[in-house]
Amino acid sequence: MPLLFSFLIGGLFGIGLAIAGMLNPSKIAGFLDIFGAWDPSLAFVMGGGVIVNLIGHHLLMKRATPLFGGTFRLPTVQDIDRQLLGGSALFGIGWGLGGLCPGPVISSLLLRPADVVIFAVMMMAGLWLGKAIR
Amino acid sequence: MTIDMVNFTPLSALVGGGMIGLAALALMAVKGRVMGISGILASLIRPDADAPDAHDSNSWRLAFVAGAMLGPLTLGLFHIDIDIIPVASGWVLPLAGLLVGFGAALGSGCTSGHGICGLARLSPRSLVAVMTFMLTAVITVYLVRHAGVM
Repeated sequence: MPLLFSFLIGGLFGIGLAIAGMLNPSKIAGFLDIFGAWDPSLAFVMGGGVIVNLIGHHLLMKRATPLFGGTFRLPTVQDIDRQLLGGSALFGIGWGLGGLCPGPVISSLLLRPADVVIFAVMMMAGLWLGKAIR
Repeated sequence: MTIDMVNFTPLSALVGGGMIGLAALALMAVKGRVMGISGILASLIRPDADAPDAHDSNSWRLAFVAGAMLGPLTLGLFHIDIDIIPVASGWVLPLAGLLVGFGAALGSGCTSGHGICGLARLSPRSLVAVMTFMLTAVITVYLVRHAGVM
């Protein structure tokens, strides 16, 4: 049963990305272009997502376990180190260049394979490499 | 700075963003897992050696990724158009992909894990990550669009 839920949650995520305009690299670039004609939409995507999750997460953590048992797996690392800073800096450069981040890549892969497949393959290679040296 | 009113879509951004936040919340409620896409993808291709439930963990990840790939296709059934206009081509596209993957793996997260989930947990580490990638992304777009780099 949780497997079906995982599938549906992935679907909700993908549909949310599409409605939000996150699958459109031009819209991402428009948000990042604060020195040109700035499109603030992405701030509303982030704001909406964070507020829903912030309130919900706070309520959810009153429970000891997830709904179907098991344990909550929350990140325990607290360090703000060179890997966090360097990795995030490189991620931002790639995001700015391509207007794509990992979620939108998988959610537009079937919609527009020709536009994202090269990016997707290199992203997977990058994920493998980055995890290997981390 | 000028606001691009033609392309500004606050309502759909808020609705879509809310759905993304709801998905993150639901995954934590059902599986107890952070909805970080780079982490999910990285674990699929390079499993965590120390994962105690390694046998179970990739099935939910695959189901999630399948849902995320198929979900947007359903919008076509309702005749909702999804604009996708690329900004990169040629050698920039694979380079950007490599940087996004490598950077997200090294920095332990991307826009979903650090952005939607980490900020909602009020994680200082995620706040620093988000501010860092926002800064370098803004600088990158400035250099490409206004300073003639590339």
